[in-house]
Amino acid sequence: MHIVVCIKQVPDSAQIRVHPVTNTIMRQGVPTIINPYDLFSLEEALRLRDAFGGKVTVLTMGPPMAEDSLRKALGIGADDAVLLTDRFFAGSDTLATSFALATAIQKIMETEPVDMVFAGKQTIDGDTAQVGPGICCRLGMQQLTYVQKVESVDPAKREIVVHRRSEGGVQVLKTSLPCMITMLEGTNQIRYGTMDDMFRAARADVRVWSAAAAGIEDMTRCGLRGSPTVVKKVFAPKARAQKARPVDGEGAEALAAAAIEAIFASQPKLESDLLKQSAGY
Amino acid sequence: MSADNKPASSRAGMKKQLPEKFINYKHVWVFVELERGEVHPVSWELLGEGRKLADKLGVQLAGVVMGPPAATTRAAVEGSYRYGADTVYLMEDPLLTDYRNEPFTKAMTDLVNTYQPEILLLGATTLGRDLAGSVATTLATGLTADCTELAIDDEGSLAATRPTFGGSLLCTIHTLNFRPQMATIRPRVMAMPEAKDGEVSGGLIEVPLNMKEDDVITKILDFIADNTTNKAQLAYADVVVAGGMGLGKPENFKLVKDLAEVLGAEYGGSRPLVQKGWIDSDRQIGQTGKTIRPKLYIAAGISGAIQHRVGVEGADLILAINTDPNAPIMDFAHLAIIGDAMTILPALTEAFRKRLSVNRMAG
Repeated sequence: MHIVVCIKQVPDSAQIRVHPVTNTIMRQGVPTIINPYDLFSLEEALRLRDAFGGKVTVLTMGPPMAEDSLRKALGIGADDAVLLTDRFFAGSDTLATSFALATAIQKIMETEPVDMVFAGKQTIDGDTAQVGPGICCRLGMQQLTYVQKVESVDPAKREIVVHRRSEGGVQVLKTSLPCMITMLEGTNQIRYGTMDDMFRAARADVRVWSAAAAGIEDMTRCGLRGSPTVVKKVFAPKARAQKARPVDGEGAEALAAAAIEAIFASQPKLESDLLKQSAGY
Repeated sequence: MSADNKPASSRAGMKKQLPEKFINYKHVWVFVELERGEVHPVSWELLGEGRKLADKLGVQLAGVVMGPPAATTRAAVEGSYRYGADTVYLMEDPLLTDYRNEPFTKAMTDLVNTYQPEILLLGATTLGRDLAGSVATTLATGLTADCTELAIDDEGSLAATRPTFGGSLLCTIHTLNFRPQMATIRPRVMAMPEAKDGEVSGGLIEVPLNMKEDDVITKILDFIADNTTNKAQLAYADVVVAGGMGLGKPENFKLVKDLAEVLGAEYGGSRPLVQKGWIDSDRQIGQTGKTIRPKLYIAAGISGAIQHRVGVEGADLILAINTDPNAPIMDFAHLAIIGDAMTILPALTEAFRKRLSVNRMAG
């Protein structure tokens, strides 16, 4: 079984700072990580490889430094890595990104058929959840998003059964390979690579592909030019005119009492609603 | 190398030049999300927002209803009129009983290609996000996820504002030269509009799906409904109490639950609490968790990072409990108790308990 896992190198967003005057992202010194959502998909892919044999290829698109994230994935246990990097990709929105990644996967398929593609549910920097479905749609695969459990795989029949989170419950779905899966967070725990994996990762050849090497002929479908969306404005959220009004009082009881008075003074209907609800108990 | 084959550098100043083929794209559409006989409330919220956009553009607002031939599907059509739709596009087919990507993507792309809307809004639910991604890719148009504000600019384009970089900044995104302009919006970000009373009606355009079950590769084997009594109904709760890192240690989270219980409220927490495993991820409040819109939100020991702020700004009244009078949460809370959540929370719990029970006896 050959599984391609799409990952993204992202800034550790918990540590992002915005310049207070210019409203620009201060990137200096912000560490990068593999998008945490991708790790649930990577782990699931590794488990399937361990169970059924085959290989896991990790794929990313990004600047040359994104190679670090691929080496990390190799160190965790992936077998092969492809970095898609080209200045033509700069400024790609989700449509242009899914075009580039899907084309690269087709290129991979020319030499090794692909049974499944995994992607993160979403990224922590863009949070769109669009690239996985975009890749899937372009490759004409069956789309399985928000998967919380891979129930079974039958490689002979080329069938897979998964549990997919939906509104108000879980769908149990059966579909055919090839398929694209995004895993829900918290569904597994990413493994630590073995010493062998780590040594191998340090020495492994990461395949570095330009747009042309990935088989892209029409550069107008890449980067800014291939992106239908245009970011017109970036700005910091406005502060409200008034800051929170602190309630007066000495000690916890007095403060609590003052806060409750202030709450019900501004929301009179809330008190009657709460009373009705309370009477219902 | 031709000029077309050089990388582009910037397009922020790009002007709208709508290609000929999109000139006739008109009207605002809202996907009415119907699952197991019920419409997700986000669809009504979006009809409310879509009404404003349609009025600004001087065009019609349409609901798009897809479901099985059933009374519940017809009820969704009526609901669409009730919440502001002028017209409903209806696809009724047994294949649209439960959500699957393939038939729903075909249904939506067929409708768009035939009837050509300029704006298409979907809820950012698991269903809406699954569907929007493949519809936008099939149509090769722009899709802006998780918008917090929608407006029409001077050129008549949709200006979709969303948080970016984990909520540190906001950005306004346009789909200038492609149609439809697609956006997803999370539940509770937009206000629920008033429903019209009495008889409602509007245009109805019924379109066949033209697909057979054999054409759909993915099969639904089972549906395991959530045990709703245990599931956080945070997004639609009237009162929400939440805790953050200021609580110090996981045991103290009980103080949040105690107050929530007295108020009949839902409880939740900030992102670090989920990351540390103090609470489940479906209790996370903020940009990457749930957006809430309660009448009262009590935030204890939450500093108020922007990513939290965008998830709670819709609350009618926010009470912040924090030892730091300069914490960022003071910029968007309405009331504050400057103090230690560990002593204030029990005092609030006790005071609310007395107030609500004394009054009950008096009444």
